[in-house]
Amino acid sequence: MIVGVVGLLVLFTLFWSMLGHMDGFWVSGSSLGSWFAAFLTLSILSFLYNDNPFYRFAESLFIGVSAAYWIVQGIWTTLIPNILGKLLPHFVNDHLAEVSPATELFDWNWSVAFIQLGLGCMLLWRLAPKGTWIARWPLSLIVGWAAGTNLTRYLVSDFTKQVSPALIPLVATSESGFLGINWLGTLTALVTIFGLLSALIYFFFSVEHKGFFGHISRGGIWILMITFGAAFGYTVMGRVALLVGRMEFLLVDWLQLIQP
Amino acid sequence: MTQKQHPWMIERLQTIDRRWIFLFMAVAVILPMSFSLTFDEAATPEVKATYQLINELPRGSRVLVSFDFDPPSEPELKPMADSFVRHLCQQKQKIYFMALWPMGQAETLDTVNRVINQEFPSYTYGQDYVMLGFKPGGQGVIQVVVSEIRALYTTDALGTPIDDIPMMQNVKKLNDIDLILNISAGFPGLKEWIQFGADRSGVAIAGGLTAVSAPLLYPYYPKQLKGIIGGLKAAAEYESLLIDGYPEVYTRDSKMFAAIRRMGPQTLAHLVIILFIVVGNICYFTTSRSGGSRLKSLEK
Repeated sequence: MIVGVVGLLVLFTLFWSMLGHMDGFWVSGSSLGSWFAAFLTLSILSFLYNDNPFYRFAESLFIGVSAAYWIVQGIWTTLIPNILGKLLPHFVNDHLAEVSPATELFDWNWSVAFIQLGLGCMLLWRLAPKGTWIARWPLSLIVGWAAGTNLTRYLVSDFTKQVSPALIPLVATSESGFLGINWLGTLTALVTIFGLLSALIYFFFSVEHKGFFGHISRGGIWILMITFGAAFGYTVMGRVALLVGRMEFLLVDWLQLIQP
Repeated sequence: MTQKQHPWMIERLQTIDRRWIFLFMAVAVILPMSFSLTFDEAATPEVKATYQLINELPRGSRVLVSFDFDPPSEPELKPMADSFVRHLCQQKQKIYFMALWPMGQAETLDTVNRVINQEFPSYTYGQDYVMLGFKPGGQGVIQVVVSEIRALYTTDALGTPIDDIPMMQNVKKLNDIDLILNISAGFPGLKEWIQFGADRSGVAIAGGLTAVSAPLLYPYYPKQLKGIIGGLKAAAEYESLLIDGYPEVYTRDSKMFAAIRRMGPQTLAHLVIILFIVVGNICYFTTSRSGGSRLKSLEK
């Protein structure tokens, strides 16, 4: 039955393209690309029915192409301009890519690039059968740099700069509001303060979560659960948007069954 | 304990094949697409704030737009990117495109070709907009451009020396920019632009991002992040604001507003999901009350 349905769909597509409603894959390079993209999309979607060779082919192809893409990107955007371009600028300019020949042999930039190359080689030593400890040195440098730069920025942006927006008046005033109070603003402020304090208390383990402290901590769990729920709702929205995008590609761009 | 016999429908729904749900979802997406079903979008304060931020900039302000996404996030983020660029061009701002993601430059080129070249032919490369291109290094790139753009960008994406580009003449560091707009699909993205760019330089920042990452960015709004567009719904709201703001140029029927167009299928798909959650819960509680299987966590 499945083979029959797939066969019918293929026949319909070919017939539809022959009638001139869509570009046949023989028309141009871009239409061939569209057909191939449609084939891969349908192959991936076919997993919803069951695991099958088409899905596995598309999945493997995606992994392979992604890995190759990242390697090529790494070579042309990092290795060549940042290392080779500084160590051998004239050679790179003549044979590989246009880089600014700002370095001379043994000058500061050349020496820094040479050290970077050395550290890169040390990092790859991890793959060697002996002396894998050599890779720890550049790794420690990477970890140290990342920790150092991130620590200060996280401390400023995610802590100190977040404190003042959290210190808000519990009652929001408004000239036009009933009793001079902006009731919605007040409710928002109360929920914000309660949410902040209860979630903080939930993660405060120096005191046993019992009695009043326990009740507030339980409120913290509720706040966290609501947050996770909202985040999951957003995730669903994002995934549905991607599905809509793919369907648009299949029905509008490829099959041209629907006019945008 | 003997189990009660449930109505045929409840029993059937309890064991429904998940593929029927996928089929329902497909129909829920295809049907509104076929009938071009759209809805009125009322903008939320975060989206309005982003729109106002661009609207209130003086003409000819310098706006850095970073395309930090790639094709997998296109359905959500491309409408935002297009709307940002349309709005900036309508306001006659100078646009500095850059990218922290490798495919960001290709996405920039696509938007430039479709929006600037086709809708704003008077916009001149090098005078009104420039593509600085992709640089690897994530937040490291942001850290460098905060203090010296030319330390990384010696040429633009087309290979033109940066000093030969008229609109780069007085732009040395991030402080010379009036506004940062970021379209982000993850790391590095809007969060890093806030932490390493906006907070350090004091330049105002707003941005659009995928729905998945939006909840993580809300704590920065409105002090550190002046406006936020989270997911396709917010993109549709921004498009509505653009239509209302420029009624002589744009109409609701305009084919160029992809987010509004996609909100029809999106809404119906959400309704189907909600329907299945409700039906699933009704079936579950109906069977569990009469001795059916229950989760262990609910046994207490």
